[in-house]
Amino acid sequence: MRRLTWRPAELVHSSAETATARTLRFRVPGWPGHLAGQHVDVRLTAEDGYTAQRSYSVAGPADGDLIELTVETVPDGEVSPYLTEDMRVGDQVEIRGPVGGWFVWRPADQSPVLLVGGGSGIVPLMAMIRARRQAGSRAPFRLLYSLRDPARRYYAGELRRPDPGLDVTYLYTRSAPEGAARPARRIGLDDLAEGGWPASFEPECYVCGPTGFVEAAADLLLALGHAPERIRTERFGPTGG
Amino acid sequence: MSIISRGFRGKRRDAGDRLPPGQYLVEDFPVLSAGPTPRVPLDRWEFAIDTEAEQTHRWSWEEFMALPAETPTVDIHCVTKWSKLDTTWEGVSLDVLFEDVETAAEYALVYSYGGYTTNLPLEDLLDGKAWIVHRFDGEELEPRHGGPARLIVPHLYFWKSAKWVRGIRLLNDDWPGFWETAGYHNYGDPWREQRYEGD
Ligand SMILES: Cc1cc2nc3c(=O)[nH]c(=O)nc-3n(C[C@H](O)[C@H](O)[C@H](O)COP(=O)(O)OP(=O)(O)OC[C@H]3O[C@@H](n4cnc5c(N)ncnc54)[C@H](O)[C@@H]3O)c2cc1C
Repeated sequence: MRRLTWRPAELVHSSAETATARTLRFRVPGWPGHLAGQHVDVRLTAEDGYTAQRSYSVAGPADGDLIELTVETVPDGEVSPYLTEDMRVGDQVEIRGPVGGWFVWRPADQSPVLLVGGGSGIVPLMAMIRARRQAGSRAPFRLLYSLRDPARRYYAGELRRPDPGLDVTYLYTRSAPEGAARPARRIGLDDLAEGGWPASFEPECYVCGPTGFVEAAADLLLALGHAPERIRTERFGPTGG
Repeated sequence: MSIISRGFRGKRRDAGDRLPPGQYLVEDFPVLSAGPTPRVPLDRWEFAIDTEAEQTHRWSWEEFMALPAETPTVDIHCVTKWSKLDTTWEGVSLDVLFEDVETAAEYALVYSYGGYTTNLPLEDLLDGKAWIVHRFDGEELEPRHGGPARLIVPHLYFWKSAKWVRGIRLLNDDWPGFWETAGYHNYGDPWREQRYEGD
């Protein structure tokens, strides 16, 4: 039987993704590897032994025993502000994983893929995009990325670079860039109809983000005729968005 | 040797001894499921118990609603770390549903509209430990929280409390369900922090 043990993890690099989010690279000695879409549990321990744990998706394929997470600062949160604001290179947490055998994409899968992310829900989807690129997979990917405004984009430079077979569409909910054809609004049926795949292509759909967003997007995919068993969801947070 | 996260203090929202290890309190009600929310019309809803001897006991929505109801107030614990205290539900105790069921089976596989399954020992469903509920907090149970009706088994992690419940199959041998085959613990006791396989 496989046991998921807590492993010490040292922060080796941290960089700003947006004004409120950071990508953190940890060295986790003995890391067993993971699939794109899986998450880890992060545990923080205070001097007096008090602990807190939360789940975070892994943002890309492991590089030996290095793994990356991207964390959005939840105002007044217990764990995320520590990770994004207080931690310095050399500081330690504990990590265990990988966790989750359902919300995963495997490079052997040839089907078209539709990724629908809201806010920090982009993180496990980016892991799939990176795994696809690393494996040289030709599975056609489309990403619909819903976010408040252009300043909130994660991985902006990387998603701008051409990646044949990957289409990226941004759906802004509060303010769109000057001259954008689509006004800022929440994700709708036409967004998924235009930026996604026809249901007859039988794409695998991965939907991730805040609960309200996931509920809305999954319902729209059903309405467009996608089969429920091909819609995989991951809900990050309690709040709608 | 324990690993200290330098400078970490934590928020320590105090829940006394009602919070299992590794959990934190929430006031709102997060949602967790693996796929979209199924919608089940009441005129086609049914709940069934299938025994190992292939006897089936069935209830239509009307028959189910005519059974004696209880309003348990319980603490719930999700494997994704949140716990919610004093949640109030309304529904039918599994003891009532099992009254006329004859079985020697030891295991139960709970199945749902939408295809979800979860397994647990039959004894964890009996003796006032589990309910099929259709109201939460005085309101009709919303589809995203498992409506029209869901199972609640509050002493286990909440993934065992199958949403959109459709029936229970009684088995002589244990049969792992959806999350139980995807790396999660087979039993899922929050007080022993049985989150993942091998915990
Ligand atoms: C499987 C899984 C994968 C996840 N992956 C990621 C990831 O890759 N990146 C990431 O940033 N987060 C991710 N999360 C969310 C993460 O686990 C935490 O919930 C989040 O960082 C907030 O924790 P906290 O301790 O800072 O806030 P808490 O102290 O738990 O919460 C403080 C307040 O913020 C609210 N809140 C909690 N979470 C959120 C949220 N996500 N959005 C808005 N409000 C919230 C709470 O209701 C509370 O009122 C994931 C969650 C799950 C279940």
